[in-house]
Amino acid sequence: VADRVLGFAAAIDLALTEAMAADERVVVLGEDVRTMRRAQYVRFGGERVLDAPISEAALLGTALGSAMLGLRPVVEIMFVDFVGVALDQLLNHAAKLDALSGGRWTAPIVVRAACGGGYGDAGQHEQALWGLLAGIPGLSVVVPSAPADAAGLFLGALADPGPVVFLEHKLLADYWLDYVGGSARSTVSFDIPADGARGPVPDPLEPVPLGRAALRRDGTDVALVSLGVGVHRCLTVAERLAAEGVEAAVLDLRSVAPLDRAAVTDLGRRTRRVVVVDEDYLRGGLSGEIAAVLAEDGGSTSFARVATETTIPYARHLEEQVLPGVDRILAAVRGLLGTGG
Amino acid sequence: VPALYAQMCRIREVEQAATALWERGLISGELHSGLGEEAIAAGVVAHLRDGDALSLDYRGTPPLVARGVDLPALFGELLGSPDGLCGGRGGHMHLMSRPLRAASSGIVGAPGPLGCGFGLAARRAGRGDIAVAFFGDGALNEGMLMEALNLASVWRLPVVFVCKDNRWAVTTRSSRLTGGGLAGRARGLGLPVLRVDGGDVRAVARVAGRAVRRARAGRGPTFVLATCRRPQGHMAGDPLARLTGAADELAREVRPLLAAVRARPGAPLPARIRALTGIGLRIALVALDVSGRRRDPLRRAARRLPAADAARLAEEARAEVAAAVGKAVGATLDRAEATGGG
Repeated sequence: VADRVLGFAAAIDLALTEAMAADERVVVLGEDVRTMRRAQYVRFGGERVLDAPISEAALLGTALGSAMLGLRPVVEIMFVDFVGVALDQLLNHAAKLDALSGGRWTAPIVVRAACGGGYGDAGQHEQALWGLLAGIPGLSVVVPSAPADAAGLFLGALADPGPVVFLEHKLLADYWLDYVGGSARSTVSFDIPADGARGPVPDPLEPVPLGRAALRRDGTDVALVSLGVGVHRCLTVAERLAAEGVEAAVLDLRSVAPLDRAAVTDLGRRTRRVVVVDEDYLRGGLSGEIAAVLAEDGGSTSFARVATETTIPYARHLEEQVLPGVDRILAAVRGLLGTGG
Repeated sequence: VPALYAQMCRIREVEQAATALWERGLISGELHSGLGEEAIAAGVVAHLRDGDALSLDYRGTPPLVARGVDLPALFGELLGSPDGLCGGRGGHMHLMSRPLRAASSGIVGAPGPLGCGFGLAARRAGRGDIAVAFFGDGALNEGMLMEALNLASVWRLPVVFVCKDNRWAVTTRSSRLTGGGLAGRARGLGLPVLRVDGGDVRAVARVAGRAVRRARAGRGPTFVLATCRRPQGHMAGDPLARLTGAADELAREVRPLLAAVRARPGAPLPARIRALTGIGLRIALVALDVSGRRRDPLRRAARRLPAADAARLAEEARAEVAAAVGKAVGATLDRAEATGGG
């Protein structure tokens, strides 16, 4: 397998093109997709790339119906925050179909959306929301952190028999920052993880199965468990800790639902200290879920978490304090090392 | 017209100043400018009085300026300052002012339901107060906005719904996405529709006056459909608007599309050519909105005034906004210096 270097967004674009070329059933539905996915629009035509009205509820419901009768829709709702407008279609319909039909009917939908903060758009456009969505039985949620996984998880999501929410962090997928005007000027800067925004992608592409975490760095003293941009913040922290003689492991969950429980518990047993770094909300979400997984495993792992605790404020300096950054992660690790030995 | 023109000048100056702050990087995220909507905001808000409420979208600056929002506080908010309208926590998509009874939302269509709630509270207060909801043509495909129009209609709420129709839903032509048309849809939900050229402030003011009087009299909501052209597209740095001005960006975009015409497998060639033409047409239509100074609402309003008056009003607005920007930027820089960071 030879690798090529691609951007995060370009890797997804390639996966989408290959999937559409290989499978006539794959269609793209969404707002502005004939602008944003113009190469696929030109190549596969207007019957397979459909511009939707700004009607997320109708759009997700349409995707569901089309998937129930054999299509494989990739449905785009722009920012994951906008799922609020259409949540019923995911919560009560797409996620329920398999169970309520007694396993006789499934709907392979990929819901594609941009997520995440760090560029000054405030609380209605910068949320992660993967914890909220992953709490719904019947719904899968994946969050790639690098180009190879972006392409691989996209193919994995398309191959999955059920509905999958595929989240692209705006600091990684360059066209999103471009779309919100980031590249129209050189006067703003964003803390973009270079290894996440651009990196090697296998040739040919390989699907990544849902629910399998990836160990990005091994270590024995503490485990940092994260996903998306958080993985790169953790890798930065691990470098700093290494300079102090502390060996930190970094686990990239990649998939919030299904969750790779075994990867979490294995690492917990080995390091006996786990810090979850989650850009999503603290309450009722992924970080608490991981604490529960570790507790249920019966271990004596000491635990800390760094997550988003309030509505994300607009001002960049306030936003930096609210999102899980390197300083907060370091403080959490040090707290754990201090109390845990 | 002089008072309306003065408001339009103030709105224009504020939006141009905001765009400049965005280009300088002092506004980090998205900026949706209301350039081109000056006449609509000025013409509608001129009819409001104390107690009336505003429900706004993410392009809420023009009505707020016309309503008399404190300009240094407005700019402070855009700069993320603690002196800002919302303490720097809301930013330009979420501008709110409790004393002005004005709230914005970054979610398309959201001004509809909130406007109904403002209208309900206004009716309960029994003073003849009303609510105005501003939104774009693309928003009319959101279920919540259609639901809100129906609810206002059957409850006869004192709400004026103002649809700013620039004919684009972000980068897609809204006529291609709106079955039955905007006016037909509102009529179908039982609202009277007043169409107006949103570039003509006198016409907007006349039409808005009728809608506002109707609401105050307890006769129910009105749908005002005001056309406009937004030279900046959906937001600052709009990808389509940018392409119209940059030959090199255009060339970079066209190459992969030509490759997509040839790649196999794919759709039959005629379908691919149709798609390519569709994208070209989009860019050409945006270019039409970007150019066209002749139809600038400010120039049209100025022509109705003695030249010296128009020049004086424009100059006063320029000075007022420049002072407000100076005050807000100055305070932000002072604070940055005091805390040793940005």
